[in-house]
Amino acid sequence: MLSISLTMLPAAIINGLMYGAIYALVALGLTLIYGVLHIINFAHGAMLMLALYAAFFLFQLGQIDPYMSIFIVTPVAFVFGYLIYRYGIGVLSKGKDQNILLITLGLSIIIENSALFFFSGDQQTVSLSYGFEAFDLGFMYLSYPKVISFFAALLICALLWALMSLTDLGRAIRAVAKERQGARLVGINVEHIFAVTFGLGIACLGAAGCMMLPIFYVDPYTGNIFVLVAFTIVVLGGMGSVLGALLGGFIIGITESVGGLLLGESLGQIGISLIFILILIFKPTGLFGSKV
Amino acid sequence: MEINRHIILLLVSAAVMLAAPFFITSKFYIDVLTLIFFTAYIGQSWNILGGYAGQFSFGGVMFFGTGAYTSSILLTTFGIPPIIGIVFAIIAGALLGFIVGFMSFRSGLKGSYFALITLAFAELLRVLANSVEFTGGGVGLFLTYAPGLKDLQFKTPTGFYYFALLLMLISIVIALWLERSRFGAQLVAIRENEEAAEALGINTLKCKIYAIMIMGAMGGAAGTFYAQKYLYLDPPIAYSIHLSVEMLLVTIVGGMGTVFGPLIGAFVLHIVNEIARHFIDTPGLSLIVYGVILIVIISYLPNGLIGLFRKRMKKSKPTALDRLISGDKDA
Amino acid sequence: MLEVRGVTKRFGGLTAVSSVDLAVAEGEIVSLIGPNGAGKTTLFAMIAGFLKLNEGDIFLNGNSIAGMKPHQICKFGMVRTFQITQPFAGLTTLQNIMVGAYAHTNDRMQAQQKAEQVADIIGMTSLLGLGADSLTVAGRKRLELARALATNPKLLLLDEVMAGLNPTEIDEIVAVIKGIRDTGVTIFLIEHVMKAVMNLSDRSYVLNDGKLIATGTPAEIAANPVVIEAYLGHGAASEMAGE
Repeated sequence: MLSISLTMLPAAIINGLMYGAIYALVALGLTLIYGVLHIINFAHGAMLMLALYAAFFLFQLGQIDPYMSIFIVTPVAFVFGYLIYRYGIGVLSKGKDQNILLITLGLSIIIENSALFFFSGDQQTVSLSYGFEAFDLGFMYLSYPKVISFFAALLICALLWALMSLTDLGRAIRAVAKERQGARLVGINVEHIFAVTFGLGIACLGAAGCMMLPIFYVDPYTGNIFVLVAFTIVVLGGMGSVLGALLGGFIIGITESVGGLLLGESLGQIGISLIFILILIFKPTGLFGSKV
Repeated sequence: MEINRHIILLLVSAAVMLAAPFFITSKFYIDVLTLIFFTAYIGQSWNILGGYAGQFSFGGVMFFGTGAYTSSILLTTFGIPPIIGIVFAIIAGALLGFIVGFMSFRSGLKGSYFALITLAFAELLRVLANSVEFTGGGVGLFLTYAPGLKDLQFKTPTGFYYFALLLMLISIVIALWLERSRFGAQLVAIRENEEAAEALGINTLKCKIYAIMIMGAMGGAAGTFYAQKYLYLDPPIAYSIHLSVEMLLVTIVGGMGTVFGPLIGAFVLHIVNEIARHFIDTPGLSLIVYGVILIVIISYLPNGLIGLFRKRMKKSKPTALDRLISGDKDA
Repeated sequence: MLEVRGVTKRFGGLTAVSSVDLAVAEGEIVSLIGPNGAGKTTLFAMIAGFLKLNEGDIFLNGNSIAGMKPHQICKFGMVRTFQITQPFAGLTTLQNIMVGAYAHTNDRMQAQQKAEQVADIIGMTSLLGLGADSLTVAGRKRLELARALATNPKLLLLDEVMAGLNPTEIDEIVAVIKGIRDTGVTIFLIEHVMKAVMNLSDRSYVLNDGKLIATGTPAEIAANPVVIEAYLGHGAASEMAGE
């Protein structure tokens, strides 16, 4: 039993890396929002679920390949995120940490149950023409969608990094993250930047949703699965750290698949919540606790 | 004066609730009322840590689930009757509260971080319950139907109605005690300003741990109630996020840090639920409404529905003692 | 009564408080002065148990209290107030003071009596029914004092209770502090309002850049050239003499 497990270990690690890149993208959205706005978006999972549904319906009704949908869903997610912060969360929360947590909890309840109401509770998947084609690595087969998703996720992380470090917008966001009063004084529209950042965070989800659809499924509760995963990555990587989110994503992806291999499908999930608890208790700044 | 008003209100409503089954013949309404009391009770358990001590938890269901498994396993494996099992469920809940409280409060977790770590604990327990054998794993535990006080099961819905009413009244008494005791004042001081509370000689760590232990003990008893009423338990039920949300929801809607907040919240939300179900019986609708209510209350009525009612009363009677006893937050 | 020996606090590379020795005897009013950023509040926070010390020891009535939690130190009879007032905002003045009074009684009626008694001493009886968040700055400063006093301290650490008050309010609170001392409570205070320091304290310590640079009676301090150089600036000594 154990020897079988060990021969499958490299495959589990590579699988974990593939999922890890997408997890990283999900967590990147969360950590970006936290790093700049200092708020925790509990509706992150629910919004990811919406992105998955968007990609699903574009495929089902418009025959658009999920990887092409990235170019539609990502900008739409950005606008959705911008509006919902600017005219929703930002106005209602009045700046209290716990209020924002509860408002985004309310939001996630609304989104989740609206999905249940309109789309029913059935699990939906897509079958792509190339969905079952795979690379032969000798010790394992790696499906095309997983590989495409992996590199697309890395590419988007890189783009986001470039946006943050090379553009004026990125500089403005970082200025607001560091010193919001100062940023206001030099004429930066802080509320606008907050909403833009929130939009960017949700845009990450838009992209992640499209990449996840070919290798996963969607139902109204999909978001629940990823909420804790995303939070775990973010606290592991250090709240607000981009590099941390990426590494944290890989660590969690590998933990999950290796844990599943060694401990079995059901107990394997224990790694996520256990890591979350241990990190919060023993090293709340995370492993790479730097700010954006 | 306020004390008397509280107690009179309590006695009158207790009398009405005790008598209600004699006038309500519909089993359906008795069942709805039973659920309202149950939710109010579990909401009150959340209120003690969240409303009075200001420590919001997103994983309150963990005490419920642990209590439910404790008494159910004692019954199915060792044949210990639930009337004794419930005591162990209460102890298990309090013990879990101690473990979670000690670990998280000692490392200084508060606010959103505390809320999320409780969620993670509940999730951890759900996965564990799903994986180990003595809980019945994913298949769940089936309890046998054996009506009688020893098994805390009843032939008629009215029996469970009184059981839930008893739990709810006990929770009200606990809240009343908090309103009048030093311990309650210390919890409120922690909620309002933890550093100042510590400076004034309050052992804030100890108080918070006691508060979560009370919450845990109450949740444990709720678990036994549920298991004996529905006779089935599996990990998604025992550690469901929905119950965690429901207990904070009824408390926030009714009014955090108040004696009757959870009860009022439970009434309102269950009525909303029944009305929504009456018009469109599609899954999800009433929860959408719950979500909207939560956001509206947080944004516009931070003291809940009770706050709406209190504000008016206060203008006519703003004595210091009044507010002291009512624990009103916006004096 | 209070003895601080070689206490040092470092934040990263910065030494905020550097091997400070000082002592406060029973019945005294002792002040700690120094320019902004000198480390006064840091030193207070360590004495009251809110910050860990890197080196040194602190004794209260001969017992080491270094490493104790604030609530334990409070039980030993020393309690602090905060420079930035920290009221229990959602509670009334009476409830705020009662929290302090609960430090030594379990009984609600006793706590309330004690709170009313303290409010009388501090002069805020008329404010008892008001919400703490509706108090003025002066009211909040008094509330800090009242809450601390309600714990029955032997030693009060007051962190800038006069900052932000007008001259009349300062005179009132100086009288209140003297009154508290007369009931047998020792007082150690951080203060910027020099007039009050001169008028109130038996002795003063001067902290600059984390180091004690002078100690003595207020008159001696005012005449000390080291202090004038480091803290008061040119011409300030003659200004003080003129007062």
